[in-house]
Amino acid sequence: MRITCPLCGARDRREFTYKGAALPVPALEAGVAEWDAHVHLRDNPAGPLEELWQHDMGCGAWLKVTRNTATHEMLGVALAQDAGLAIKEGQP
Amino acid sequence: MRISGKGLVSHNRTVNFSFNGKDYMGLEGDTLASALLANDVHLVGRSFKYHRPRGILTAGSEEPNALVSTGKGAARDPNIRATQQELFEGLAAQSQNCWPSVERDVMAVNDLAAPFLGAGFYYKTFMWPAPLWEKLYEPIIRRAAGLGALSGAANKDPYEKAFAFCDLLVIGSGPAGLMAALTAGRAGTDVILAEDDSRMGGRLLAEVEEIDGKPAHVWVAEGLAELEAMDNVRLMPRTAVTGVYDQGTYSALERVSHHLPPSQSLKTAHRPRECFWRVAAKASVLAAGAIERPIAFRNNDRPGIMMAGAVRAYLNRWGVAPGARITVFANNDDAHRTARDLVAEGVHVTAVIDSRHDAPDSGEFPVIKGAMICDSAGRQRLESVTIRSVNGEEKLQTDCLAVSGGWNPSVHLTCHMGARPEWNRELAAFLPKPDAVPGMVVAGAANGVFSTHGALQDGAQAAVTALAGMGTSVDAPPLPVASDAPYRISPLWAVPGKGRAWLDFQNDVTVKDVAQAARENFRSVEHMKRYTTQGMATDQGKNSNVAALAVLADATGRSIAETGVTTFRPPFVPTSIAAMGAGAEDQGFKPQRYLTSHKASLQRGAANIEVGLWYRASYFAKDGESTWRQSCDREVTMVRKAVGVCDVSTLGKIDIQGPDAAQLLDLAYTNLFSTLKLGRVRYGLMLREDGFVMDDGTTARLGENHYVMTTTTAAAGQVMAHLEYLTQVVRPDLDVRFTSVTDQWAQFSVAGPKARDLIDALVDEDVNGETFPFMACGAITVSGVAGRLFRISFSGEHAYEIAVPARYGDALYRLLLERADPFGGGPYGMEALNVLRIEKGFITHAEINGTVTAFDLGMQGLVSKKKSCWGKALSERDGLMDDDRMRLVGLKPVGAMQVLSAGAHLFDPDATVERVNDLGYVTSVGFSPTLGHMIGLAMLSGGPDRMGDTIRLVDHTRGIDTLCEVVNPVFFDPEGGRVRG
Ligand SMILES: [Zn+2]
Repeated sequence: MRITCPLCGARDRREFTYKGAALPVPALEAGVAEWDAHVHLRDNPAGPLEELWQHDMGCGAWLKVTRNTATHEMLGVALAQDAGLAIKEGQP
Repeated sequence: MRISGKGLVSHNRTVNFSFNGKDYMGLEGDTLASALLANDVHLVGRSFKYHRPRGILTAGSEEPNALVSTGKGAARDPNIRATQQELFEGLAAQSQNCWPSVERDVMAVNDLAAPFLGAGFYYKTFMWPAPLWEKLYEPIIRRAAGLGALSGAANKDPYEKAFAFCDLLVIGSGPAGLMAALTAGRAGTDVILAEDDSRMGGRLLAEVEEIDGKPAHVWVAEGLAELEAMDNVRLMPRTAVTGVYDQGTYSALERVSHHLPPSQSLKTAHRPRECFWRVAAKASVLAAGAIERPIAFRNNDRPGIMMAGAVRAYLNRWGVAPGARITVFANNDDAHRTARDLVAEGVHVTAVIDSRHDAPDSGEFPVIKGAMICDSAGRQRLESVTIRSVNGEEKLQTDCLAVSGGWNPSVHLTCHMGARPEWNRELAAFLPKPDAVPGMVVAGAANGVFSTHGALQDGAQAAVTALAGMGTSVDAPPLPVASDAPYRISPLWAVPGKGRAWLDFQNDVTVKDVAQAARENFRSVEHMKRYTTQGMATDQGKNSNVAALAVLADATGRSIAETGVTTFRPPFVPTSIAAMGAGAEDQGFKPQRYLTSHKASLQRGAANIEVGLWYRASYFAKDGESTWRQSCDREVTMVRKAVGVCDVSTLGKIDIQGPDAAQLLDLAYTNLFSTLKLGRVRYGLMLREDGFVMDDGTTARLGENHYVMTTTTAAAGQVMAHLEYLTQVVRPDLDVRFTSVTDQWAQFSVAGPKARDLIDALVDEDVNGETFPFMACGAITVSGVAGRLFRISFSGEHAYEIAVPARYGDALYRLLLERADPFGGGPYGMEALNVLRIEKGFITHAEINGTVTAFDLGMQGLVSKKKSCWGKALSERDGLMDDDRMRLVGLKPVGAMQVLSAGAHLFDPDATVERVNDLGYVTSVGFSPTLGHMIGLAMLSGGPDRMGDTIRLVDHTRGIDTLCEVVNPVFFDPEGGRVRG
């Protein structure tokens, strides 16, 4: 499998480390239920899925990779910092 | 029998080799198989289950029978296909799966026991009782499993792995592959042409035909010369593409030096035996050709019964006639070429037996139409066959039978990403599903296009299509003139009749076995495969699978299309573990990280211990010390009484800068860092998002917006990735930057009552309780070098960590030791460091094992109530603060056996030792010379509530069963007076 890092270009997947689904991060103060859902109760679709990978053996960038879990087709790669997953500003 | 002057071998260059200890002579250009056939050797091995005599069946990598071992001792290579092994001077090969010899094999009695060894034999025989598995069944199966054997010794031969990149990967160099490579090469694209065979050209090397008015092999040579002259084309012979993976990744196995004598290949030329390639290609053309399939009939497995295309290849490429009276048995026109070519060379062809009533006539050899071969005879070599026709049965004397049941396109690689091939009635074959692999275009025989003209045209068009897919537009080139003979076939899988008719030659699977599997309701093709072991040998059933499923379809009353095929998976050819694991044997490519103090430590008698990739001093043996414990005890006492020096540079160091640096620390750590004053250090705890402890360490504030964080050695990489996650994903709005500086700074712990005296005298600045109180930090100068000083302690002693740029590490370490000597101090290693921290109840990743919370470690107070932090929400889940959780305690031994052991489990003294009564486990132990007994840390259910209790400690692996007392995990100086003093 190969992933096209927006900063480095197409690289072998051995340069990347997988984290999990790319989901909006709840506020730190959000309750246990919301965090539990975020960490443990995730969809497992057979099809397109947005997920987080880090180019840790390359530039270090966290990436939002859109991948079809059934075919492994790469549908898109973007820098995670631009992906709108962040805790909304102003929350510590 | 060799035909003088015939073929592409060098008739004037002989090569000596041996087979089963007997010397033979072959020619340059021979394979082991062609040389054996030239010497009239047909019996080369024994089958797996029945130990039946077996000969050479094919001329390629699909060979199921002719497997041999080459090499000696540790370098022995089992299961080498004689059809692929190129001959070299001195080659010594041996048969496998036979004892004492291939001619007189004791295990051949299995053949008589055949009625008991049918389908499902393993499953039916090796049933319960379970205890017999380990003692009886498994050893029997292991002895029987596999044909060749490894030596058992480590193989010292070199293997390699490598990456390659190209625009177009062309797989196979027959007419389709060559034409594709020429088309793409001429267009200037980067091309890799990979060919399994040692010589490029595919079937064109094995056939008598003309292309553009020249012999086909001459046209091949000209095409290869043109490709060789192109800088953008790379030819890779002896390279089998073994797998297809996502985004245009292909694996390939190159047999780099199997064709050379060991002396040339390994020592002088420094060539590996094999290289495992990962090829990244924008597109590929699969032109892997087709594999001929046998027809099953009674006793169709005798030496001398071969594939018709293979007989033609041995004749035309290697100048070998595999018999003196050759018979052909076929259901298609293509096989008639075998008879034609043999007759042209003066070899006697008894007849072509064709199952079709409308088979073509020939003026050169008799054709018996509408007939089949229903049996054969001959003990170790074919002597006769029995022909069944409308006239009844008739015996025919023959020493070689060339069989063809038609051709199976090599669709394997098109299935590696999940696609299934599709049945084509007209060709009686499975064809690749269109667009089965993104970016792969299939051409030629692999695509069911069997004529040479068709393959040339298909190959050229495949290249045009593949290049168009990557945005390069080329015109289809003019095609050379070649034969366009039609492929006419009428399916015939198995000749009806009694007796055993073989499908899978290597695993001894017969038509009866498949029918029996169907009767026993193993009707799915995947079930049939596993029940009969059809296609599960080293050849993966390349020439037998389709016939087997056709027999299954017949037995279950379904069509072949309904029955389907089993799943083709990588690797396409057997791949040695040595090649896939190249670079990982012994030290391999594993980095070795040495400390700047490494050399000086060794000079001081250090014994090294591996900590991840690091090599650290474990202890420093002095004269008169014969065990590590003696050194360790001395070093601990030295630190407690005087001063010790220890290299702690392996701790992760992350330099953090920016206006929002403190916000990042508040996010990552459980406790407050935004209140940390300039010139101060604070201990911190980090949680994972699920609320469990990730790591601990200290962070120092060096400037207004400048911090340096330390992590544990074990989690340095994990914490770095985590901070990247927090700043890139969770809070990209933070104005902060950080980088790992672990390798940039050498850092030494100086610990003990004399530490201040040593440091104060060493650095230019005044170091005293006012300027450097406990948990202070700041810039210092030592011998003119700017460094940093941190008053932190991992030993509970008055201690400092002093850091200088790594290039001064060696000098500073030597200087520190020199200054420590007059105080009665010196270096201490990891063993002493561990005892010192256990005496203080300080945790490491022995305790932070992924299952513990801050609460479990007695550190709930470090989780600030004034702010949120990463992981806090889930750390407050019900149950994670339950008093009964396994929580950190200290242990000391009581009773006769004054011993503790890490990994031991804890029980109530009156409870039975079983899992339900397990109260916890020991994480760290050491002998404390300070206290005079062993001490330990443990995670114990309800631990802090059991202080003073007696607990039973059981370690089955070390045979320890003893009692200990639950105590405060801080064994030494619980008030902390020494560290502040
Ligand atoms: Zn990158």
